[in-house]
Amino acid sequence: MSVLEVKGIKKSFGSNNVLKGIDFSLEKGEVLAIIGSSGSGKTTLLRCLNFLETPDSGEIYVNGKLLLDPSRPDTMNEKDIRTKRLHFGLVFQSFNLFPQYTVIKNITLAQELLAKERPDYKADKKKILEDIYNNSIKILDRVGLLEKEKAYPCELSGGQQQRVAIARALAMRPEILCFDEPTSALDPELTGEVLKVIRGLKSSDSTMIVVTHEIEFARNVADKVIYMADGVIEEMGTPAQVIDNPQSEKAKAFLSNIFKQ
Amino acid sequence: MTFESFCNVTLSLLTAFKENVVIFVITLLCAIPLGLLMTFGSMSKFKPLKWLVRTFVWIIRGTPLMLQLFIFMYGPGLLFGIVYPDSIFGITINNRMIAALLAFIINYAAYFSEIYRGGIESIPKGQYEAGQVLGMTKSQVFFKVVLMQVVKRIVPPMGNEIITLVKDTSLARVIAVGEIMMTANEYAADGIIWPLFYTAVFFLLFCGVLTVLFSKVEKKLDYYR
Ligand SMILES: Nc1ncnc2c1ncn2[C@@H]1O[C@H](COP(=O)(O)OP(=O)(O)OP(=O)(O)O)[C@@H](O)[C@H]1O
Ligand SMILES: [Mg+2]
Repeated sequence: MSVLEVKGIKKSFGSNNVLKGIDFSLEKGEVLAIIGSSGSGKTTLLRCLNFLETPDSGEIYVNGKLLLDPSRPDTMNEKDIRTKRLHFGLVFQSFNLFPQYTVIKNITLAQELLAKERPDYKADKKKILEDIYNNSIKILDRVGLLEKEKAYPCELSGGQQQRVAIARALAMRPEILCFDEPTSALDPELTGEVLKVIRGLKSSDSTMIVVTHEIEFARNVADKVIYMADGVIEEMGTPAQVIDNPQSEKAKAFLSNIFKQ
Repeated sequence: MTFESFCNVTLSLLTAFKENVVIFVITLLCAIPLGLLMTFGSMSKFKPLKWLVRTFVWIIRGTPLMLQLFIFMYGPGLLFGIVYPDSIFGITINNRMIAALLAFIINYAAYFSEIYRGGIESIPKGQYEAGQVLGMTKSQVFFKVVLMQVVKRIVPPMGNEIITLVKDTSLARVIAVGEIMMTANEYAADGIIWPLFYTAVFFLLFCGVLTVLFSKVEKKLDYYR
């Protein structure tokens, strides 16, 4: 069974039809790269998956369970949406770390707030908080920033901030982790460290969707590539199919443009 | 001027300045939370409430505080036959003071609410979204993520406004609250002018302390950007 199945997602802003019916599915452990020119709807798609935008129609299934279908009000309950969100993680282009908290607090905060709702929280508070801390430290180590535990975001480079943001998202153990152009806001010499971290996350049980303009990264890391244009999926397949052997004129033009640079 | 008369004047001005301090403290204590309520109103998704609060803020900010003092002094009695109570929570309080406090609280709450609104609106959308995506509730996002950032941003404008309040308290004399300017003016009426100028010292000292306090708070919040 697919970990994620997206069916017929449509979204418009006023008269601007941004997504015109998006269908795809992902298996557990797969990495999907989404490429496409500016304005093609990539960010909007990720935002729909993370419930930051509500699609006009379409269905989202995680592990076969229907999470969202705008035609069914019972799936649109505000309270449930909050828990449904936890199936997904999102790493933003602009990091969006919480500036007033240390690196470690950025990572533990949401976990701690969520833990407060556990029935055993009062009784096991100390143990629970300890587990959260240890889990967070482990993840911080994974993104190679253990020594920055007590630093504030403003004391970090862009690359380091993005790695903290990745750690923060990972700590919630999302089933599907989404990245929206995670390196676009970075100086070129810092993109490498972030891409390396993302590549390092690839494993049999972490499913990822990466919107990126880094074609080499998509080719080397992704199992599946989607090329989007004007709110539709123009091409979908393996990197070899979509990147090295595109069929549609639009995709050919887009890729040759990128390779020229 | 003898040393004795200097001491006497100082003492009576100091006693009068207590009234200014009372207005200052009570206004702050009430206007700070009331302002936040008004902010929620003026940012409400419920349009009628939003426009009601915004119109109210516009009226309060668009008319002189002096006029508002008169309105709170005479308005309730003339319009509705309401008489202010002689005591509140068992503390005797004259009705001029009540009118002054009401005017100050409402006036300053309106100003504070606009400062808060500016602060809240200046927080990037990404901060809310980052919190939401991590599974926080709306109120958790507000209190755990946004609020401290708002506080940092509003400290400087709040500092300005609060220092203005110190000096504005002397406006209460227009409805005969026995504050420092009124007392100094009584000396002037008797031909002793210097206490009038001497009042500046009281205001300067008070504002000086507040300025130091506020720069301390700003420093404290300087650990992040
Ligand atoms: N909240 C919004 N309100 C109105 N229009 C929006 C909104 N968000 C996105 N759009 C429009 O949707 C279209 C697609 O935007 P989107 O950000 O999804 O593109 P993208 O593929 O991520 O582009 P980029 O590569 O530049 O990030 C654009 O035309 C944009 O103007
Ligand atoms: Mg985008």
